[in-house]
Amino acid sequence: MRDKTRLFARIVGERCQGHARCVAIAPELFELDELGNAHARLHGLVPKGLEAKAWLAKANCPELALDILEQ
Amino acid sequence: MRSSATQSDLDNDFDHLDPSWIADPFPIWDEMRQNCPVAHTDKFNGVYFPTRYEDVRAIAYDTEHFSSRRLVVQVEPMDPPLIFPPITSDPPAHRAHRKLLLPLFTPDAIKRHEPHARAVCQELIGRLTGNQSCDGAADYARHIPVRIIAQMLGVPNQDADLFRRWIRELLELGITDPQMVAHATEEMCDYFAHAVDKRRKAPANDMITFLLRAEIDGQPLSNEHIVGTLRLLLIAGIDTTWSAIGACLWHLATHAQDRHRLVSARDLIPTAVEEFLRAYAPVTMAREVIKETKVGGCPVHPGQMVMLSFPAANRDPSVFEHADRVVIDRQNNGHVAFGLGIHRCIGSNLARMEIVVALQEWLAAFPQFELAPDAVVTWSMGTTRGPQQLPLRLG
Repeated sequence: MRDKTRLFARIVGERCQGHARCVAIAPELFELDELGNAHARLHGLVPKGLEAKAWLAKANCPELALDILEQ
Repeated sequence: MRSSATQSDLDNDFDHLDPSWIADPFPIWDEMRQNCPVAHTDKFNGVYFPTRYEDVRAIAYDTEHFSSRRLVVQVEPMDPPLIFPPITSDPPAHRAHRKLLLPLFTPDAIKRHEPHARAVCQELIGRLTGNQSCDGAADYARHIPVRIIAQMLGVPNQDADLFRRWIRELLELGITDPQMVAHATEEMCDYFAHAVDKRRKAPANDMITFLLRAEIDGQPLSNEHIVGTLRLLLIAGIDTTWSAIGACLWHLATHAQDRHRLVSARDLIPTAVEEFLRAYAPVTMAREVIKETKVGGCPVHPGQMVMLSFPAANRDPSVFEHADRVVIDRQNNGHVAFGLGIHRCIGSNLARMEIVVALQEWLAAFPQFELAPDAVVTWSMGTTRGPQQLPLRLG
């Protein structure tokens, strides 16, 4: 990964069914609303050092509702 | 009497009640996935059994061709089917039926029940301390979820034996005995109708009272809806998680290395639980085909049922590396034990909490245990798979 690459995590709202795996794995990056559906914190920005957690959260989402964009 | 299935039986006439399937379904599913990924039987008025992850996934998302109004494969389906909102609800009604329950089952809401779950586990373990042997299913696993859900619903946990009998009659014995289903259903309906009447007069801080106060579009729920939801929460809250806890104990009783590792690395328990859920996913729901379509290229016909085997999907090697191996620190684990799509198990956060707490407490009390010598382990069949009998030697 290039040094200046930044990761953005995005929950595709209509796909999320509230399995809550992303929040269990990366509470720094995701939070749940009152119905238990997930949303990205920090407008999706993945702070440095948390990239691996973001990828792990994506790999553990059963609904494939988590996208990660590299910019 | 049923005999062991041959390969051609599996292709054309699989039998999920065959003793070899009940004891160890995994090699059978692997063979089906390779040779006949959408198996069929004429029994039970016609049932399909897809074993590939991608097919299970496609069906779970396809509410246009597959209805949830019938979820259990039985020789003689009830007509009209009994309602268990929201699991038997189809769109568009489903969304509102589910939404009202969701706040009760978020991880934060469930965290409030953790001390109770821990106390229940400790009490059960207290009764076993000093024993050389016990039954991990009958003496431990099966008592945990029933007591938690009874308290959440607001029904006495002294009725636990009654609840477990209904579940066995509805989900297991009832597969081939329609009268048993009718009888258990009637008893359950009466029981909850009575419980609802009591709460109407004397509200309490429980789910029965919550449902009595709930509204959809400004209208209170019908009595049928309330009783149906209570039936669902009771059934789904007991058998499933008990089966999962039992399967975890069975694995650790038969895999000493994994047991040692979890005893010394307690933090690994939640990760290991995800792997146990993948490898031993207890629940297979069903759908009814309501419109002609294809599954994995195979035509499926309206009126027939499809078993939605999340357990088989979790063993698909095209999605999970070393799918047949239990890797307790597996990192990439998007398993589908709790289903997919709009019917994702609403109690998944509760189940996870109960399983993790049950294992934490068990391993702290019994770091050494294994199957008892000459142990006969029996597994339940049908909708839920887990050990019914799990004789263990302690220490």
